[in-house]
Amino acid sequence: MENKEKMKIENINLYYGEFQALKNINMNINENEITAFIGPSGCGKSTLLKSLNRMNDLVEGVKIDGKILLDDVDIYKDMDATVLRKRVGMVFQKPNPFPMSIYDNVAYGPRTHGIKQKSRLDEIVEQSLRSAAMWDEVKDRLKKSALGMSGGQQQRLCIARAFSVNPEVILLDEPTSALDPISTMKIEDLLVEIKDNYTIIIVTHNMQQATRVSDKTAFFLHGEVVEFNETEKLFSLPKNKKTEDYITGRFG
Amino acid sequence: MENTALEKSVLNKRKTKSLILRFMVWLCGILTVGILAYILLFILVRGIPNINMEFLFGEYNSDSLSAFSSIVTTVEMIVISLIIAVPVGVFCAIYLHEYAKRGNKAVKVIRLAVDTLAGIPSIVYGLFGMIFFVNILGLRASVLSGVLTISIMILPVIISSSEEAIKSVPDMYREGSLGLGATRLRTVFSIVLPTAMPGILSGVILAIGRIVGETAALIFTSGTNVLENPTLDLMASQRTLAIHMYMLASEGLPYSKDMAFATGAILIIIVFIVNFAATKLAGRIGGLSNGK
Ligand SMILES: Nc1ncnc2c1ncn2[C@@H]1O[C@H](COP(=O)(O)OP(=O)(O)OP(=O)(O)O)[C@@H](O)[C@H]1O
Ligand SMILES: [Mg+2]
Repeated sequence: MENKEKMKIENINLYYGEFQALKNINMNINENEITAFIGPSGCGKSTLLKSLNRMNDLVEGVKIDGKILLDDVDIYKDMDATVLRKRVGMVFQKPNPFPMSIYDNVAYGPRTHGIKQKSRLDEIVEQSLRSAAMWDEVKDRLKKSALGMSGGQQQRLCIARAFSVNPEVILLDEPTSALDPISTMKIEDLLVEIKDNYTIIIVTHNMQQATRVSDKTAFFLHGEVVEFNETEKLFSLPKNKKTEDYITGRFG
Repeated sequence: MENTALEKSVLNKRKTKSLILRFMVWLCGILTVGILAYILLFILVRGIPNINMEFLFGEYNSDSLSAFSSIVTTVEMIVISLIIAVPVGVFCAIYLHEYAKRGNKAVKVIRLAVDTLAGIPSIVYGLFGMIFFVNILGLRASVLSGVLTISIMILPVIISSSEEAIKSVPDMYREGSLGLGATRLRTVFSIVLPTAMPGILSGVILAIGRIVGETAALIFTSGTNVLENPTLDLMASQRTLAIHMYMLASEGLPYSKDMAFATGAILIIIVFIVNFAATKLAGRIGGLSNGK
């Protein structure tokens, strides 16, 4: 059974000044699936990811044409960036908890969107931390600074923070690249566990990770999507020679 | 054998070098601390015995050189000029770093102005204050004229230290906040400013130091006049502690020198208290960001 299309990327071209970082990208992201972006460094994975919640707006000199639709609404034309980013959350490559307590980190999002009631916030914080599978680990130190945690815990806290505003799509940019294997495994398990309720896109340099967690995989090269297919097919029977070279480690 | 002898001599040379270097470092350190301690002791030893209730809280008249009215005005000036300059300076820094586009003309002009203002000797501020606030705006020689002049004078310190502090807030915090759907404004006030607060506070401490020690800019604006009893009246002409000290020291009376030292001691004590309080405050605010 094919899932519903959550996001549609249509003819996206993106320029940083004169430099074209994305070339005519077309892709559909399905609901309740995990989509992986792979490809060598500098091929535009992060750029496309950041276009999906308009984090690129923050970079000076970016020009983008084409369309990106979220539930068939154009996110660049017909949606406010703050509304979009509430619906499409992001977890960054380097864990970036705020310099505040664990509790305040998770409560920041809901507070931003107007939730003030203490009991409601408590509830959201607990729920988000449970979803990130770290409630038991931190429930006794919610008032402690988030910066005192290990890198892996910080990253899971960032995932919990992303959950806190109840997003529909979660973008993760190499979320485990700074983490040890055990923390990485915890996060991978978590992603697979939650995908029934979310739409997930993950950028990764780790091809095992892509095969372990994702349903679909897109292979990028020089700003283009070379191949986009079900993960199993892409890795077992790549259609394109370049994809094959990359996944067999002949370059990249 | 020869080889090791050579190595030994090289090693010895290095040892002597590092010994000399270490000696120099120690010497400089001891010199700095020594001079500071000497000045402090010199003033405190001569000043503290002359401090009494009369001097601290009495009336200024022909029998007493009480510093009470000057103490009150000093504190008043600190508070009001900070109330004026800190918001203006911090907002200016926020604009410079968070809102202005790179290569913006206004930014260049503001930066130039800040750098220029920072380098102007305070007596020039005094002259400007006298012409602009006292004469043109007709505010007379008053605490208000002094406060306004001083506010302009400390603005560059506040702006540049705030900008440094804001600059040092990692971009990933901003991204984290914006990525949750927060507006720029909320990001600045809830994430950037609290994180930058210790740095901003250290600029405020510097500014307080300048206000407390200022004489040149105030003599022309708030004046050297001294009232019998303290007042918070902004239109009164009333000296601060630093000017009180200056005036006492230049008066010929035998005991007025002692009173000048007493005033100096009070100044030092005020600076200590303010710095201590600000450091404590900065520590408390910065505590969470250091992982405590
Ligand atoms: N802010 C920017 N300004 C100018 N060029 C940029 C900017 N960000 C990225 N680029 C360029 O765009 C191209 C794509 O960058 P992007 O970060 O999307 O690559 P990536 O696939 O995520 O690489 P990596 O795997 O190393 O993270 C690169 O050539 C990069 O140099
Ligand atoms: Mg990247």
